[in-house]
Amino acid sequence: MDAISWVGYISLGVFHGINPGMGWLFAVALGMQEKRRSAVIGALFPMALGHAISIGAVVLVIVFAQQQISGNVLGIACAVVLFGFGLYKFFRARHPRWVGMRVNFKDLTIWSFLMASAHGAGLMLAPLLLRMPTASAHSGHTHHASATMTDSATTLLSAVGVHTLSFFVVTGVVAVVVYEVIGLALLRKAWFNLDLLWSIALMIAGVVTVVMLFWGH
Amino acid sequence: MLQQWKPDPTFYPSPKMAIEAPAEEVAYVAAPRDDGKPDAMCVVDLNEASDTYGQILSRLELGVRDEIHHFNWNACSASLCPYAPHPYIERRYLVVPALRGSHIYILDVKPDPKAPQLVKTLTADEVEARSGYTRPHTVHCGPEGIYVSALGMAGTEEGPGGIFLMDHYNFNILGQWEVERGDQSLSYDFWWHLGYDIAVTSEWGTPPMIENGVSLEDLGARKFGHKIHIWDIRHRKNIQTLDLGDDYQMILELRPAHDPTKAHGFVNAVLNMNDLSSSIWTWYKDGDDWGIKKIIDIPAQVPENPDDLPPALKDIGMIPPLVTDHILSLDDRFLYISCWGTGELLQYDVSDPFNPKHTGTLKIGGITKSYPHPAAGPVSGGPQMVELSRDGKRLYFTNSLYVAWDNQFYPDGANGWMVKADVNPDGGLELDPNFFVDFGESRAHQIRLQGGDSSSDTFCYS
Repeated sequence: MDAISWVGYISLGVFHGINPGMGWLFAVALGMQEKRRSAVIGALFPMALGHAISIGAVVLVIVFAQQQISGNVLGIACAVVLFGFGLYKFFRARHPRWVGMRVNFKDLTIWSFLMASAHGAGLMLAPLLLRMPTASAHSGHTHHASATMTDSATTLLSAVGVHTLSFFVVTGVVAVVVYEVIGLALLRKAWFNLDLLWSIALMIAGVVTVVMLFWGH
Repeated sequence: MLQQWKPDPTFYPSPKMAIEAPAEEVAYVAAPRDDGKPDAMCVVDLNEASDTYGQILSRLELGVRDEIHHFNWNACSASLCPYAPHPYIERRYLVVPALRGSHIYILDVKPDPKAPQLVKTLTADEVEARSGYTRPHTVHCGPEGIYVSALGMAGTEEGPGGIFLMDHYNFNILGQWEVERGDQSLSYDFWWHLGYDIAVTSEWGTPPMIENGVSLEDLGARKFGHKIHIWDIRHRKNIQTLDLGDDYQMILELRPAHDPTKAHGFVNAVLNMNDLSSSIWTWYKDGDDWGIKKIIDIPAQVPENPDDLPPALKDIGMIPPLVTDHILSLDDRFLYISCWGTGELLQYDVSDPFNPKHTGTLKIGGITKSYPHPAAGPVSGGPQMVELSRDGKRLYFTNSLYVAWDNQFYPDGANGWMVKADVNPDGGLELDPNFFVDFGESRAHQIRLQGGDSSSDTFCYS
């Protein structure tokens, strides 16, 4: 994995982490409801897990697709999906219909998975994932294939891992700082429409995918 | 629909922050009628600096004999709730249910807050076909949509009544809310403790029991509601029924604590069949279960001249207080109780929800009494729907309950009015002598204050 990829996965982790709808706001609310900081911290682990599963699912789909169809077709398909999803979210404000504040580890994991998936968090990583060398590209050298597969898997796991870690750290820091220091008045002043920005980010990711496809090599 | 870049400025994460909100400048008041002219949504000027302070600025006519009732906003502070946040929706539309006509009107207040526009009508047929219910009554904005309660089942006009959901973006009716209603059949009000995933519903009567005036036969047979129901919101399941006993008839307005970490609330029982008193009860979380306890008894009064009593009360010879609404301040400290029969409005300090302290009384109107207003002299009706500003300093109330019931208890006429009282922060209140809104032959019922009030919003953070 090159430097651009690392920076990309980490930056998107930061971007996902600062979005109140992805986790920190719920963590703060749970802390306030139970009147203890440990409830804030405790919520972060299932949130990171749910986020990682959502991202991981997209990674698996893309890796599988890479085995089946040509890079160009896949790239264009990803670009269309990204841009279309972003455009849809730009004009149509919607949100997942989760109900419930009394949540355990499993609930929070599912909630985080739903939130990340519904927002297209994993999709946003597609341009980076498409830059990765794939196992299939080397399939001509049979005796190297398994080694390459292992390398590939390690790289993908690192990608999901580093993204989730940066998401976890940012969500956690924001949650604790809001809970302990700033307070929720912040929501009224500083919560600009990240969902709208998010939809624009998805469209940009779509465009970047196409650009990389035709001019990147 | 283009989205907003900033959260709606009228949304507040916590009740504490909402108390700091700027003062309201207009009120929206439901004005049903009994004379064959259409019901109307009226806008009242509340800006003391304005030349038209205390006057009706506009009337938007709706349907004839609709009995528009407990309307509310399309969106409120619940939009900030953490599990489904969508703070960029606007508090812009009033969702107005017609308790008799069964239509639901959507009014847009954004183009001109002083003159709402009718932008959509869900007809009775549509409401009944899509929700399965009829006679929609109370509206609350929830984190994931608009909740509406209704008194009866479509087609039968009998129970069970219940709750249905509406989409808060396009106002489509999404269908019946309950999955397991247990032994709940009668319906009326509902609200919730979102911090505990709990909803609470109360019981009035079915449409035939109320629509031609209170059915004294059904009352004698103790057929009106005497229970409240506790629901698991996540599974939409009735998990516990709290029975006040059938001595108590008509259990109406639910006022849960605004602080989401608190798990108690207040509800009024209109009539004790033994002595015609009204009462206030506190429901509370008790370990894994919920309990309910009576905290205030408000006795019936003896009239000076029994001949002044309306026919419905002649045989009884007493004036029941008929407590039919109450409101809890956003700091969960003061409860204001309207005694529609005796013409009194009581203020209690309920900081300790099991040991209320009586801190103030206002007198205006009342059966046989007709306590005067300083600006208007003797008035008809008595204190009924009551609403409080977010800062807890200004209390507004109107005098009409339900057209057919007004006629029964105030047969000499029930011309609508709205008044205001100034509240002392340490307890006590007095009528504003410069504020008396005369609705003429219209009745005046539910009040909503611009930007939110003490019964419009739910908060997910303490």
